Formats: sequence, structure tokens, C-alpha cells
Amino acid sequence: MKKFTKILAILLALVFVFSFAACGNKTDNDGEKTTAPASDAGSEVKADYSNIKFGLICLHDENSTYDNNFISALKEVQKELGLSDDQILIKTNIPETDACLSAAEELIDEGCNIIFADSFGHETYILQAAQENPDVQFCHATGTHAHDAGVPNFHNAFASIYEGRYLAGVAAGLKIQEMIDAGTITADQAKIGYVGAFPYAEVKSGYTSFFLGVRSIVATATMEVVYTNSWFDIALEREAALKLINDGCVLISQHADSEGAPKACEEKNVPNVAYNINTASVAPNTALVSSRINWAPYYKLAINAVANGESFANDWTGTIATGSVELLELNDAVAAEGTQAKLDEVKAQFEAGTLHVFATDTFTVGGKTLDTYLADVNDDGTFTGETEAVSDGYFHESEYRSAPYFDILIDGITEV
Amino acid sequence: MMNNSNSKVREPLFHIVKRSKDALPTWKSWLIRGIAILFSLLVCALIIVLLTDQNPLDVFGALVKGSFGSKRKFWNLLQSLAMLLCISLAVTPAFKMKFWNLGAEGQVLIGALCSMVLMFEVGDRIPNFLLIAAMLVSSLVGGIVWGLIPAVFKAKWNTNESLFTLMMNYIAIQLVSFAIMVWVPSGSSVMGLVNSSTRAGWIPELFGQKYLVNILIVAVLTVCMFIYLKYSKHGYEISVVGESENTAKYIGINVKKVIIRTMILSGALCGLAGFLLVAGTNHTLSKDLAGGNGFTAIMVSWLAKFNPIVMVVTSFLIAFLQRGAGEIATNFNLNTSIADILTGIIIFFIIGSEFFLNYQIKTTKSKKEDK
Repeated sequence: MKKFTKILAILLALVFVFSFAACGNKTDNDGEKTTAPASDAGSEVKADYSNIKFGLICLHDENSTYDNNFISALKEVQKELGLSDDQILIKTNIPETDACLSAAEELIDEGCNIIFADSFGHETYILQAAQENPDVQFCHATGTHAHDAGVPNFHNAFASIYEGRYLAGVAAGLKIQEMIDAGTITADQAKIGYVGAFPYAEVKSGYTSFFLGVRSIVATATMEVVYTNSWFDIALEREAALKLINDGCVLISQHADSEGAPKACEEKNVPNVAYNINTASVAPNTALVSSRINWAPYYKLAINAVANGESFANDWTGTIATGSVELLELNDAVAAEGTQAKLDEVKAQFEAGTLHVFATDTFTVGGKTLDTYLADVNDDGTFTGETEAVSDGYFHESEYRSAPYFDILIDGITEV
Repeated sequence: MMNNSNSKVREPLFHIVKRSKDALPTWKSWLIRGIAILFSLLVCALIIVLLTDQNPLDVFGALVKGSFGSKRKFWNLLQSLAMLLCISLAVTPAFKMKFWNLGAEGQVLIGALCSMVLMFEVGDRIPNFLLIAAMLVSSLVGGIVWGLIPAVFKAKWNTNESLFTLMMNYIAIQLVSFAIMVWVPSGSSVMGLVNSSTRAGWIPELFGQKYLVNILIVAVLTVCMFIYLKYSKHGYEISVVGESENTAKYIGINVKKVIIRTMILSGALCGLAGFLLVAGTNHTLSKDLAGGNGFTAIMVSWLAKFNPIVMVVTSFLIAFLQRGAGEIATNFNLNTSIADILTGIIIFFIIGSEFFLNYQIKTTKSKKEDK
């Protein structure tokens, strides 16, 4: 018995020693942190952010490119607005179940007045939380209900990422044109591969806009799409990319949230266009460019509104102009010559409103021009279209609702 | 592992001897467990100091806060505990019989699917109590069918039940995915809250607590399972078949019958868990609904040595650590992986301590210096 108490005493002593050692570390670090953000004098009118507490609910964690995009943007905003660490609470790995409601409720208990959930399946739980807690603002990315739910504190947000994808497609098209010019492939072999998560409008709208971007450069381009039926699965995304490369695809892009496909492309030396991350570090020889939704403008919009006690849009679509749609660094080692100049030119057309991604004279469906389409904008559970989306010669994506609703398979694209 | 002490040629420095039953007084076994936990905290503290800038005591504080930080967190803990315990109770009779049911995940999913079929397709066309009763029955039947198939194959043709039940999980996952694809033609694979306006098929709240019904059902189930295993003839037959099938045959137990009967029970309880997950908790269906609890339950059951009352403690431990891990990640802005590493270390030490409770290390010459 004596021996045991001795051991116990030693153990306890050790625990305390480590604890104090850690205390020392921490204060040092805090000292460094307080000096850092001083240089970041905000360009906007400084509101009083002391009452802000922002809770972020993520489906996965930083390992997912999708969730990391939300987390890193929030940390940027935190720095820019000078929010302290306890004003930002991030809950990761929250599934699309009742756990999402519980997470939101726990954040409310902690005093959060803005709660943001990042995954499509979180929506109905967040909507319920919004109905039960009218004093807290709830934001949800990719959701479909806020525009007609009539719940004032429930908000949806997304961005016109189809314009970003189109731009990435232009860069990809120039790369493929370079391959054709060099004689590496013939014009008929210009086939792109696309790793998609689910056969869902958000993904279909994304690959179609990317494809139309490519086709604006290479008219003979075709595309093959493989679905993984998962938002995040490193092995499946890798397998899908390898299958597409085997099928003769000369360039790969994806809408799935891991680095599986970019890494497979690096191994096989096939150019890759990523989404939400800069993959130049994992694939220095094949990463071409990637498009990204920058969530910082929307975070700032919501935080400023709550800080000033104002209301803000229930359904918000970010654009290139709001800084929400971005192309991440073009990899000069991979990109064709003159790509940046061409991208600047197309981007200017978007900003001027003279170019429409889904212009109906650039694609056909079943051999015919699309002149009418009832899109399923109001998500009432019937899954039938009710809103005419084609007018003035183009499909009006993300105009009647922020979340994408272009879900048409156009000619030239095959789903495997 | 059995007995190294017979080797005379070369005496090893130490050997491991199995302790005879009841050799350790209770206080001593709990002391060993306590020391294991203390050691695990020490290793955790070391990792926290080496990998992060945090104070280990703060981190341990957050671990506790995850479950006891607020009334709501405590209810959420009880709910996670109840769901894990329910599935653990379900697998226990099968494990006690040494029938390695690795298919709890699938049996739960099928139970959930059966409930959802009625909830989605029938909805508010019949009175709510009738709908809930029908959902319960269909979930039980679904779970039974999914448990019975491998049991019949085992009893009749002696197939390997671990592989069989494991593969049944994948079939269940695919069936659930298929059903969602049919119900949600937009292709998003997300059902969301079902019947959120009518609340048809939702187990009602009790005293304003939405999880109370779940918790009470599992509490009653725990007591019943304890009595069933310890005092009923069925329970006795299960333990005899588990110890030795030949003995069971010798004393006239119909082994096949026991296997099939026990798997019916196991499957039914998994189905019940599926029902509670759909009607009492999530009100949705997804292929991740069981959340890996079908496998975690195995650990809960084993750690408690198949005693349903002790399983309350072991499932508390797992649920407590899981919730604490999330809290640590949120409070200190750490990746959840680090929190998972910490809880992994704690569980590792606790399981490790069971080794020292069952075996004794004897040094060959006690007077000789250790090093």
C-alpha cells in the first residue's frame, strides 16, 4: 500500500509540473498574438464587435477541402475584425442528423448570436433551431429553403461559383489547346474527366459551367463524369480519377472534397483543376488552377449586420464583384502561355455582365437548343420544377435562389 | 501465454501467470484501474504539452465540460449513452454465446429503414400512436430478419458468422442508399427532417425533454437484459453454449435453437435501436445513422464482461470521452484528431489495465535488481 501511495504522489507531482510548464508556454504565446493583428487596420467602418459570438458547424474538419475553406475564411475574418478566440466557436465533424440541432443548441447556450452551418443536410435542423430561437441569426450554405420559408432569422448563402468554374474551364481549355497544338493529342481526343460527389444540381451546375468554359476554347471537347456518392472519400476519389485517366481523359477536375483526385493526377502526370484549395503543394507538376468560394465577404456581411442590429438578406448570392468567387493562384509551370491574359479578359466580361455562362446558344440538350426549362427553385418536397429559368437567351442560374438549380445533362457530357 | 514457469533451461526475467478467480480484492482491482487512468492522463498531458500550447488541466477541464458543462450537454450525454447502450445490450447475448455478431450496424440500419418506410410513406394518414406502434413493430421485424439470416446459416451449415454479419452491413447500407435515392430524386442523398411540420411518427417529448422516452426505454431494457441473462433459463443456456457447445449438447441443450433464438433477440434489439434513432432522435434516414455505434458497442460489451449493469458504466465512459473530445476541439481550436488521440490513449490504458487484473507478472528472482 505504501508503495502505491508513493507512486501516486510521484504521478500527481508530474502532472502538475507539466501543467505549469504548459501555463508558461501559453502566456508567452498570447503575448506574441496580441502584437500581431495591430497592423490589420480594417478598411471598413469599424463597428463594435464585442457582442459578436460566431458559431460554425462543419460536416467534416480541416482535412476536407470544403470545410477547410469555411474554417480558414472565418479565421481570416476573425483576424481582420479583431475578434478574440472565444468569440469564434467551431464544431467539426457534425453529421447531418439530430447531432446538428444539438450542436446548434449548445452553441446558443454558449452565447452565440450567429450560427453558420456548412453542409446541405444540416439545413432542416438549422431551420428548426431558427424557428425555436428567433433572437439568434442562423446562416446556412448551399441551402434551398430560406428564400420562401418566411423565417426572418434564417438565411441561405451561396455564390455564383459557376462563373469561377467557367474561368477555370477557360484555363483548362487553353491547356488542352496547347496539347493539341503540340501534337500530344488530336482534337478528337480532347476528353475531360470529372469526379463528382452526387448527381445533384450543385454538382451538375458546377461541371456544366466548367465544361462550357473548356468548350469556349476547344470546340471538340467532351467530358466524362464519375460519381463517388460521397462528399469526402479519399480512396474513392482517387479511384475515380484513375478510372477517368484510364478511359483516356487528358485533364481532370472535381467536385468532391479530398485531395484524392489531385494526387492521382500528379502520379499519372495529368493536368488537374481543383476546387476550394490550392493544390500546387501536393501536385506541383499537374495542378493548373482552382476555383473557390471565398466566404469572408458573407461572414463580414452577417457579422456587421448583427453588430449594428440590422437585418440582412435571407437569400444571398456572392459574385466575382463581392469577392466571393475567386480563382486561386494559376500555376505558371503547368498553364499554357497567355492564360492569365485570357482569364482577365473573360473576368472583365463577367463583371460587365456581357457574358453569361449558360447562354443557350453555346450548348444543346438532346440535339436541340434549350428555350424553356422549369427549374425546381422552391424546395417543397415535390421535386417538380415551377420556375421558368430560361429567358433573354440564357439560363438564369442562382438568381431566383442562391443555391444552384441547373440540373440538365447537356450534349457532350456523359455520366458513367 | 499459458504457463512459462516450467521452462528450466533458461529462466526468463519474468513470467506472466493468470490470476485465479477472485484472487484480487475489489479495492485492489479498482486501485489498478485508477492507476491506469492516472497514467493515461499523464501520457495525455505529455502529448498536450508537446503538440499544443495548451495547459493539460484546462484540456481535462474541457473533457469534463463536454458532458457536464450545461444541463443541455448532460441530456445530450444521456442520449448518446442510451443509444450506445441500447446497441450494446443488443449484441451482448450473442457475444456471451460466442456468436460474433459484427452486424449490429446493419441490423440497426435496417430497423431504421423499416421505420422510415412507414414514416415517409404513411405519414399523417393514420393516428400518430398507431403509426409509431407500426414503426416499432416493423423495425423489430427488420432487425430480426437481418440477424436471423446469418444465424440460420450458422446453425444449419456452420458458416462463419463474423464474415457473414459483417457483409450484411454493406447490403444494409446499400439498401438505405437505394431507398434515399428513390425518395429524393434531386440526387442530393439528403432526406433532411421528415414530417417536420406534422411531426408524424415522431416520438413525443416527455416533460419537455425530447430524449427522455429513449432514455427510459433503454433503462428498462438494461434491467430486463440483466435479469434475462442472469436469472432466466434462456440466459443460463446462452452462457453454457458460450463456454462449450459440447457441454451444452451433453446436458441436452438444443444448440441450434439457442443460436437462432438468441440472434432473434439480438436482431430485434438492434431494430429497436434503429426505431429509436429514427422516431425518437433524428427523424431522418442516412447511411451513417448508426454512426459506428454498431462496432463501438462491441467494446462496451466486452469491457463490461457482458454484464448489462456494468455496461452502463462502460457506455458512459465512451460517450463521455466522445463528447469531451468534441468539446476540446471546439474550445481550444484544435483539430478533432488530437482530441481523438487523447481519448484513444485513455481507452487504451483502461483496456490495458484489464490485462493486469487478469494476469500477474512474477519476477524470477525478486531480490535481483530490475534493470
